[in-house]
Order: sequence, then structure tokens, then C-alpha cells
Amino acid sequence: MKIAVCIKQVPATESKIKPAADGLDIDRTGLSYVVNPYDEFGVEEALKIKEQMNAGTVTVLTIGPEKAAEALRTCLAVGADEAIHIKDEALTGGDALCTARVLAAALKKADYDLIFFGRQAIDDDSGAVGIHVAELMGLPHVAGINKFELNADGLKAVAHRQIEGAAEVVEATLPAIFTCQKELNEPRYASLPGIMKAKQKPMTVWNLADLGLRAEDVGAEAAKVKLGKISSPPIREAGKIIEGKLPQAVSELVRLLHEEAKAF
Amino acid sequence: MDFNFTEEQTMLRDMVRKFVDNEVKPVAQRIDKEHNVDLIKAILKKAAPLGLLGIPFPEKYGGAGMGELGYCVLLEELSHGCASTSVTIGAHIGLAGMSIFLGGNEAQKEKYLKPLALGEKIGAYALTEPGAGSDAANLQLTAKEDGDHFVLNGTKLWITNGDIADIVVVYGLTNPKLKARGGITAFVVETTTPGFSANRIEDKMGLRGSATAELVFQDLRVPKENVLGQVGMGFKIAMETLDESRLSLAAATLGAAKELIAMSVDFAKKRVAFNQPIAHFQAIQFMIADMAAEVFQMESIVYRTAWMYDQGNKIPREGAICKLFCTEALDRIVDKAVQIHGGNGFMGEHPVERFYRDSRVNRIFEGTSEVQRMVIAEDVLKKGSY
Repeated sequence: MKIAVCIKQVPATESKIKPAADGLDIDRTGLSYVVNPYDEFGVEEALKIKEQMNAGTVTVLTIGPEKAAEALRTCLAVGADEAIHIKDEALTGGDALCTARVLAAALKKADYDLIFFGRQAIDDDSGAVGIHVAELMGLPHVAGINKFELNADGLKAVAHRQIEGAAEVVEATLPAIFTCQKELNEPRYASLPGIMKAKQKPMTVWNLADLGLRAEDVGAEAAKVKLGKISSPPIREAGKIIEGKLPQAVSELVRLLHEEAKAF
Repeated sequence: MDFNFTEEQTMLRDMVRKFVDNEVKPVAQRIDKEHNVDLIKAILKKAAPLGLLGIPFPEKYGGAGMGELGYCVLLEELSHGCASTSVTIGAHIGLAGMSIFLGGNEAQKEKYLKPLALGEKIGAYALTEPGAGSDAANLQLTAKEDGDHFVLNGTKLWITNGDIADIVVVYGLTNPKLKARGGITAFVVETTTPGFSANRIEDKMGLRGSATAELVFQDLRVPKENVLGQVGMGFKIAMETLDESRLSLAAATLGAAKELIAMSVDFAKKRVAFNQPIAHFQAIQFMIADMAAEVFQMESIVYRTAWMYDQGNKIPREGAICKLFCTEALDRIVDKAVQIHGGNGFMGEHPVERFYRDSRVNRIFEGTSEVQRMVIAEDVLKKGSY
């Protein structure tokens, strides 16, 4: 069984984010980075399946700058077998669909039976890439899964997803794409032998030419969604405390809700 | 000069940090309140398969080959969470394991170091006695030759892991006339050996979760093959082990100090007095500035010294300087942290109170501050300059 997990390097969860001076990015000075936590569920699920079947390979893929290789090596340290790093200056300014086109091209190079994504990256929270990739590759997908079981024949999989007030159980024929939600599993720690061996595991680097893609199809000019501006949310104004005796205070509250807040 | 961690060292730090956040911090208060060494043993069980208990040792002995620097990272991160756990692991790796690594032959390393590194067995290091603390060479436990064995008689005191250990490295007197000059020998003793007994000492100011014990050796027979190095080499092994473990203890104080800054800053931003967060007051800011200045010094000397050690240098003076400076700095820092927390810092429900109690022993064990000053002064006087 060949399993792929698409991951993204994102600022660490505890980071304090502020907009950059140009308003087109966040200020990245002093930020530390981690593997997107939802992607970690994907890596863990892939490793569990490999262990369960006692066969197969787990490949992790990412698109990102030089630094993103750290995230791939972290996954290798946790137990993935090989990594693919796609980096190309021309990808700057692309949107989720551009990212999906690139990943689809990379994933098509090998016959993966199972492809996992996180349900969303915690930096831009778009939650679109995995689903776009499924569409582009013509594969079935199940989004936001919290339980996964492979059929004994390895040809189908059953996944559970939480929907409003119920759990949905979905069967999919492989190859298929799954995006992972919390509760799917508990990601393991990297082991020290894993950390020491991570650098010896294969890491392939591809640019757009290697994937047979053109910048105008996947870069800034192809983007249908363009980033306008990043700004901090407005500072919340202090609440108003109405003082005085209760009956008068209630009347005053009703008046303010009606006249100032226009609540009714 | 390159002060950056390698990618492996950074991954190690990230991994241990995650481990401490998930497995250590949530139980740290309970470990202290309940004197709960079982919770620490459970942490050891989870740490072992990750390779955390063999960090400094080569792979062939079940280690990770990440050197002293890797080991310092482990103790620093662990000490963000729980000093009792850090000390338990410190005695296991840095004292017991290190004595065998530095003094043992191949067969001994295979038989005794490997299971320690893999976490299959727990180790302890027994040097201190009722009458031999700072004056370690004055130990009284006797080891008399008897055929192919030595027979041990005597008492060891305040031995970390003493009553939970499977393996104890025991320092005994094989020649009372020679003492430190060739009269002390190191033995590896399996605690299942008849004649061994251990009594837990519970009433401690801090490190209440760690197992501290009095060990009694009564006509305990150790095979000669369990002598580390040569007969009479024990004091050298004990001191070289301490050079290393003093450095790693300094690394542990660094983690505690960083955690205290984080707790203090968090508290000072939230605590409101005179209509504003107390972090706005210069009196608090200056305390935080002094804490940060000390942490920078601690971090600088700890990792520089770890690097020196990993380059193959001996570090008796530097290890002593790290131990002296960092343990004393931590006491200044923890005092400020309690002050910033005010009444909250005095109450048992807040971790800062535990850190305060846990910190004090650092200036006493593994060589008091006064012993460190003796070591440093002796070295400087001998060389005539720094």
C-alpha cells in the first residue's frame, strides 16, 4: 500500500501573530514553525496503516520554501519513509487551487492508494486544498474524518465524520483522499533514533519544470483568490456598565439596546 | 563560532517539549503533593521507547549518540515541568549510567549500561554517606576482598532512586589508608543481591516526588567482575561523573528558570493592582529584567560547556562554574518569581511554590556551592590565572 500525506509548515500554535508592515503577510520575525497539527493526524494514520498491514510506504509531500524541509524531516523522524519537497519561486502568490494543481501533478507521478491531508492548515484556515486535489485527480474524497478503517481486502475504506448532530459513515473505493480531523488518532512523538535517521531518508526536490507545470498556471497570475490585506482585528471597546437601582437600570438597558445597539 | 543547534538537536528539543507539555506538566503538581514516584516511573516508561533515557550514550549501548549537549536539552526541557522527574532521570542517566559509561569495560557496558539506556532498568549512584557529604573521600563503607568477590558493609544516605533502582553504582573503601588516592573502588550492585536494603526518606523540603533513600549494605557480596575500571579507581570515576552531572544539573536549573520567567510574565500581565496590570510597574519590570539577564548567562555557559565536553575536553572547572552560577542564579530567580506572584506564590496550589521548594537543594547536592568554589579556586590558583 502506497500512502501519501500532504503536509504544510505553519507558525507554531502558540505564536503571537501580527501583520507585516506591508499588510500582505504576517510578520515572520522570530516565529518558530511546526507541522500543521491536522496534518500530523494524517501522518499518524498513515503510519498506523503501514504498521497494521506490515507493508507499504509512507511519503510526505509539501510545497514551501527551503525552511519547509524541516517539517518534512520532522515527519521522517516520526516514521515516514520518504519526502517530496516542491519549491519554486514562481509559486509565490498562488491560491489554494494553484497549490492543489501542483500537488495533484506531484501525486500523479506515483500510484498512491491512499492520500491524507489535514482538514485545514491552521495559518490560513482555507480547508480547500485536499478537496481541490481530489477533484483535479478525479478521486473520491471524504473530508474531516475522525475515524478510519481499511477493509481487509485493502480496496475500500470506511471513514467516519462528525456532522451537525450525527456521525456520518462513508465508504470510499481506493484510491481516495481523506482530510483529517481531531480525534482521528493521537500522533506519536518522534523517537531519537528516528531523529538521527531522518537525514538519511530520501528527500526528493521538485520544481515546476520537474512537474511539467507552467508558472502562469499555478503562480500569482493564475490565482483566482488574491490576498487583499492582512490586518489585526479591531480592539474591542470596553463594555458599558449601567449603574443605579435595578428597575431603572433595566429600563436604561432596554433603551440603549433599542436606540444605540439597534437590537430591536 | 556557531551557536546554532543542529537540526537534530532542534528536533530533539521540540519533541521533548511536546512530551513535557503532554506527559509531565499535567501530573507535576500531583507528583509533588502525593510524593508519587509511581507517576514518575510511568513517565520513564513512556520516555524509554522514544530513546530519551540513553541520549548521551553511543548507539551500541542502546543510546542515541546525541552527546552531552543532547542530554542538557533533555534536562532543561524536563525541568520546565517537574524537578522531581528531572532529578530521577538525572540520577539514572547522568550519575548511574555515566559512571558505568566512563568507568566500565565493554562487558559491563553491555550488561548494565544498555538496560539503563533502554529504560529496562533503573539506576542509582551511591557516594554520599552519613559522614561523607562534601568530604566525599571520607566514606566509610568497606569493601573487603573475599575470593572472587568483594564484601560490602556500610550505609549510603540520601541516594536518589535508591529504593526504586535495579542497579546501584556503589563507591566503597577497598584500602582505608589510601582513601581517595587509590583506596576507593566503584562497584555495580544489583539491588536483588542479598544484604541490600533501602529505606525511603519522605520528609523533604522539595523534590518530594523523587525517591530518596538510605541504603544499607550488610555482608553484600559483589563479584569482582562488577568492579568498574580497576580496584582503587573509584574516586576518579566518581569525580569525573560529577563533572558531567554538575553541568547537566545546571541545564536543569536553566529550564526551571525559563519556566519561572514565563509564569511570572503571564501572571504580571493578568494581575491587576492600582487599576493596571502589575507588569506596567517598574518594580516588576526590573525583577523580570534581572531574571532574563541571569537566564541568558545560564544558557550561555551551559551550552558552551556542553559543547566543550562533546569536543572531548575535561570540564572540572567549567562544570563547577556552571553548577555554582546556575544553581545560585535559580534561587535568585525563583525568589523574584514568588515575589511577583505575591500571596499566590506562597500557596501550594501554584506551581511557583513547588519550584521554590525544589530549587533549594540544587545548591547542596552534587557538591555544595562551597565545594564548587573550592574546585574552581584550586584550579585557578594552580594555573595562576583564569
